[in-house]
Amino acid sequence: MSLAIRVIPCLDVADGRVVKGVNFRGLRDAGDPVELAAKYYEQGADELTFLDVTATVEGRATTYDVVRRTAEQVFIPLTVGGGVRSVDDVARLLGSGADKIGVNSAAIARPGLLTEIADRFGAQVLVLSLDVTRSPRTESGFVVTTHGGRTETDLDALDWASRAIGLGAGELLVNSIDADGTKQGFDLELVRRMREISSVPVIASGGAGAVEHFAPAVDAGADAVLAASVFHDGVMTIGDVKDALQSAGAEVRR
Amino acid sequence: MTEGASSAPSVVVLDYGSGNVHSAAKALEAVGAKVSLTADREAAQTADGLVVPGVGAFEAVVDQLKAVRGDQIIDRRLAGGLPVLGICVGMQVLFERGVEHGRDTEGLGEWPGIVDRLDARILPHMGWNTVDAPVDSVLFDGVRDERFYFVHSYAAQEWGVPASDVFAPAKLTWADHGGRFLAAVENGPLSATQFHPEKSGKAGMRVLRNWVMSLPSRAA
Repeated sequence: MSLAIRVIPCLDVADGRVVKGVNFRGLRDAGDPVELAAKYYEQGADELTFLDVTATVEGRATTYDVVRRTAEQVFIPLTVGGGVRSVDDVARLLGSGADKIGVNSAAIARPGLLTEIADRFGAQVLVLSLDVTRSPRTESGFVVTTHGGRTETDLDALDWASRAIGLGAGELLVNSIDADGTKQGFDLELVRRMREISSVPVIASGGAGAVEHFAPAVDAGADAVLAASVFHDGVMTIGDVKDALQSAGAEVRR
Repeated sequence: MTEGASSAPSVVVLDYGSGNVHSAAKALEAVGAKVSLTADREAAQTADGLVVPGVGAFEAVVDQLKAVRGDQIIDRRLAGGLPVLGICVGMQVLFERGVEHGRDTEGLGEWPGIVDRLDARILPHMGWNTVDAPVDSVLFDGVRDERFYFVHSYAAQEWGVPASDVFAPAKLTWADHGGRFLAAVENGPLSATQFHPEKSGKAGMRVLRNWVMSLPSRAA
């Protein structure tokens, strides 16, 4: 026996509501995050991820409240990402009931933030979140983007992931901007390349549209699979994904 | 206060600045304990049960615990036979020593042995794993073929307490990630889990309920 493949629903939260959109555009209301979190917990989710896409200070305060209320009734790990810029932000989210914190663009701007967080709270709370697109400009063919995929950086995605692990990241959340919203499946080559260079767990994200899409991501080396709209839209349940993974020979938690 | 609340076992979750302690408090409440989240010495020493959570680095957790005299609180409780439950790094610091990043730190020394880095290809050991519990375990009573949520890179990989004619042997639960390690120990009044029962869904709640129900309630 070994670790089960984790199935993680992701909730994009803005101003206390779950929102959804294609390629980060055209956001639509998809419900109450605490209610949805409880539903996914009952369905057997192995973990939950909240991505705070709020733009305003008032909206951020709402997010802390959502985290607190969720952690009080959902007894599985909760990761919160989006807009995390400082050790104080991390302390506040952990204090609100988050177990892990996703850091993205703030670490690109200032990589030392990763070490500061890992030194104070341990690498196990620190998830490096990467929005990756294919690009001929980098050696690996994958480049890190910011602003929801709209801006390409100069960072080779594989180099950045390796460096971030050295700086203290305890997990990689690898989101393919190309696959995100397409419902055509995960970017398997991206998952495979990340698995090759990573000594920490890798979460595959972006592109899930059918239950058949998950097992290939696991074969490519994903330790966990993350999806959003297919769960929110009721296309499939967490249990459906686990059924598909299990019949493909993967270990899941039932 | 309702009759149910006053007869419920009282549990203090030691709040000494280590990570997310609210989940543990809420989970213990959900399984029927009357929970206080505090570092108050009197409360921690006299509660029916004391939970010592812990996340982060071994050395930092030991320092933070000692800053609220958690080491003395635990010692005195155990001397009086009062139950203590360590969780994650709250389990690790119960051992003699921890070795992290090449630094050797003295633990609380309730149990002999070293907490050392797991020898696995992927670390942290993060996610849901199976455990091998003894049949007479109290914590895992009624729990079969379940998985628990782990997140750690270090663990006690041996049990160094010699067999004794005087004391009942500890009940040891093992798990595997690049080699076997202790997932839980039940040793008289002192119990501990390397996994997070408060993050392990319904199986974890069962473990917490089993511990809470085992507390000798001293409510008047």
